[in-house]
Amino acid sequence: MSLEASPSPAPMLVVDDLRVSFPNRDGGRTEAVRGVSFTLGRERLGIVGESGSGKTQTGRAILGLTAPEGRVSARRLAFNDVDLLHCTPRQRRELRGGRIAMVLQDPKFSLNPVMCIGDQIVETLRAHTRLAAREARARAIAALRSVQIDNPERVYKLYPHEVSGGMGQRAMIAMMLIANPDLLIADEPTSALDVTVQLQVLAVLDALVVRRGMGLIFVSHDLRLVSSFCDRILVMYAGRVVEEVSARGLAEARHPYTRGLLNCLPKLGANRHPLPTLDRRPEWAL
Amino acid sequence: MDPGPPQRDPIPADVRGDLRLLRASNVLGRFLVVILLTYVGLLAVTFFIGRVIPIDPVLAIVGDRAPEHVVARVREELGLNKPLWEQFYIYVSKVLQGDFGTSVLTSNPVMQDIRRAFPATFELATLGIVIGAGIGVPLGVWAAVRRGGVVDQVVRVMGLIGYSIPIFWLGLMALVVFYARLGWVAGPGRIDVVYEYTLVSVTGLLLLDTARAGEWQAFANAMSHLILPASLLGYFSLAYISRMTRSFMLNELAQEYVVAARAKGLSETRIIWRHALRNAMVPLVTVIALSYGGLLEGSVLTETVFAWPGLGLYLTNSLQNADMNAVLGATIVVGSIFIGLNLLADLLYQTLDPRTRAIKRAR
Amino acid sequence: MTDNSARNDAVPRESLHEWLMSDRPRSRRQASFGRAYGAWRTFSRNRLAILGLLIVIGLVLTAVFANVLAPYSPYIGDLRTTRLLPPSAAHWFGTDDQGRDILSRIIFGSRITLFVVILVAILAAPIGLAVGTVAGYAGGLLDAALMRITDIFLAFPRLILALAFVAALGPGIENAVLAIAITSWPPYARIARAETLTIRRTDYIAAVQLIGASPWRIVWRHIMPLCLSSVIVRVTLDMAGIILTAAGLGFLGLGAQPPMPEWGAMIANGRLYVLDHWWVAAAPGAAIFVVSLAFNLLGDGMRDALDPKAAK
Repeated sequence: MSLEASPSPAPMLVVDDLRVSFPNRDGGRTEAVRGVSFTLGRERLGIVGESGSGKTQTGRAILGLTAPEGRVSARRLAFNDVDLLHCTPRQRRELRGGRIAMVLQDPKFSLNPVMCIGDQIVETLRAHTRLAAREARARAIAALRSVQIDNPERVYKLYPHEVSGGMGQRAMIAMMLIANPDLLIADEPTSALDVTVQLQVLAVLDALVVRRGMGLIFVSHDLRLVSSFCDRILVMYAGRVVEEVSARGLAEARHPYTRGLLNCLPKLGANRHPLPTLDRRPEWAL
Repeated sequence: MDPGPPQRDPIPADVRGDLRLLRASNVLGRFLVVILLTYVGLLAVTFFIGRVIPIDPVLAIVGDRAPEHVVARVREELGLNKPLWEQFYIYVSKVLQGDFGTSVLTSNPVMQDIRRAFPATFELATLGIVIGAGIGVPLGVWAAVRRGGVVDQVVRVMGLIGYSIPIFWLGLMALVVFYARLGWVAGPGRIDVVYEYTLVSVTGLLLLDTARAGEWQAFANAMSHLILPASLLGYFSLAYISRMTRSFMLNELAQEYVVAARAKGLSETRIIWRHALRNAMVPLVTVIALSYGGLLEGSVLTETVFAWPGLGLYLTNSLQNADMNAVLGATIVVGSIFIGLNLLADLLYQTLDPRTRAIKRAR
Repeated sequence: MTDNSARNDAVPRESLHEWLMSDRPRSRRQASFGRAYGAWRTFSRNRLAILGLLIVIGLVLTAVFANVLAPYSPYIGDLRTTRLLPPSAAHWFGTDDQGRDILSRIIFGSRITLFVVILVAILAAPIGLAVGTVAGYAGGLLDAALMRITDIFLAFPRLILALAFVAALGPGIENAVLAIAITSWPPYARIARAETLTIRRTDYIAAVQLIGASPWRIVWRHIMPLCLSSVIVRVTLDMAGIILTAAGLGFLGLGAQPPMPEWGAMIANGRLYVLDHWWVAAAPGAAIFVVSLAFNLLGDGMRDALDPKAAK
């Protein structure tokens, strides 16, 4: 499913020594992201890690969605040569949804329960372009159709709780991509869905990313999923990137944490007693 | 061609219409039963207070200076020789016809007195809630958005004061300051005596009546009488509503859909008002409706301080004169309004939250 | 977090603080003391809550030592010389229309306030706790019936219902207490029932049931103690409301009867003279305000300490 994409000469996204910290209960600060660096062109990057590894906070920091009590710093954080840390809030807001988009994990919570789905899609469009109401509505319906929703006029009028998880997530994808962003950050887009529905949503995502030539950052805890979907993989642990490999070179990964993760992946037909577990060594967290 | 699993089809429109009707009538039916039970309970309590607690219910109603034939008549009316449940039945049927008995003090039917007193309280409480919600909601939103800021602290302090200060004392002090010392507002009473006899009272709401008749001087006068007690009640509902708004808003602003809305690049203003507040409104409307009921309670004491001829003053006057019929009649009226407000709050909640409106998918 | 398992268990003597804060209590008593200590530490970090606590303690001390603290008699005044005097060094809060020193009346009035608060708490809380736990544990028809009754009382505005009761019972401080208590228990029943419903499904209740304990024993010995802390917090938070309701009844002449120095009645008295002699009504109201505020702060602090999830 993944494409061999040659990285463009000037990378779309540059992240250099990104740090995100939050206040902790003793009055000090805990760093959730401790010096993450990577670049991204029009390719697919997967960020894999367990809970607490900082992968979600990395994605949010790029978009400027860190919670107000968090502090973000970096040597450089730039998107298409726009310095994300030092641009005006207005510029940042225009980038969000317009040039960089994010798909969140659970449509049950990430869609506004009191607005119908169609209105939420139109909202994104009108935040970034000037369109008449009718035109916007037509575009929203077209967007719903592009994510394989069969009866878009009907779904337009539905409320989020009236649709299934898979449909809601596809609606969210439509909502976030309707303004034609260049980069998509997908934060565990299929983790809240049933396994059968996951593949469907991934197929939709894949088709859209390919068709538009977007860059993609796919954040997940599922190593196998990421390896089949992305070109490159960053493995994060305790706020740091411990390894960076290409998807095809995953089997030759060297860091013990990555090897441990690979080892834990279930293999059909293999007789494994006792089941392998991850032996976390304290030096990885340093 | 689509290899994915078949989508679940939304229920076709005609079936959905029928189901909605069925569910609505179900819900309505349940409501009515609950309301009915509560109302019967309300009457049971007042019946208990009026007939069972006093040693001689007749004396409680007519007072100890009534002539003998009055006592005999009332005793006959009450049917005290009948079994208790039969007395209750008579009582309930009378109440449902609006017959609360006769007031000892005024010799009028209690219902008539209450009908005359009610508009004054209604005017006061309504203006109070307009002030309370009109200022309280924006204040609460501001406090939540700028958490820890000045407005947030103000809301906290106002809330604390509102829960701790006696309303009648604050009213009294306010009268001293704003009326006696500063002369900014008019004194106790609804309107100056000058206007009282020339005014044609249509609705009983002085602001409306004077505006209708084009009597702008009288209007201004009525307003200057109304503003202080209404502000007093308004302050109390403001303290409560702003705290609840803040709390609900904080809850909504922490939700994932707000993060998603930001990710879409929406302006912060739109997120606050169109997303967060719109969701917070669901429980908030209930709070406001119930707060109105609290204002009715607050007006009992406020009307005493401001000599406001409303239901509250009627209740306390009757109390002090041991006019049992009047007391219980007023209590039933206020209790009924409370039940009505609860019902309204429930209905509003159902209407505003699409999740409760939806049909449960057929099993 | 450092790993202590390797530390030598034979540490000579741990301080009391360490014993209380230990992660591994060695007895049930240590655990419950430790929990209380932890709650106290959270509570004591809240300065406003401490302020509330101090004021409440002050109220109690004032009530107990009223005889010693009050400079004059609360009942006897000289109509000729000390009538309606403004606040001064001799009379800090001035005197009222009967020549009585207001400060002394307020000091003695604290006894009435405390009396009302304690009695209402003692009457209403157990009723609410009992009704709530029984309803929650029994379920079914009994639950529905009890909750209907609770809802009926909740459907009334508290003051008005109390007024109606006092109308029937007659004015007087005992009747006022009774009336307020009757109207105060429903919220406690609600809270107790909500807690009971959560606890009912737990494994340890199932275990006790399996051993063969009777429902009464289960409710009394196992469920009620767990609901106790929520109810206590709610009662403390409610106390301000109780004081205000009692003051309201006193203001209307339905509480303590003259010449008793009840604060609400003092305001009603002062109301007749307030336009020219504001101090007669000012001080009693300020006293009510301060005491209610103290209970609110105390209740807030207790709630934050005992249930951190409820803290904002």
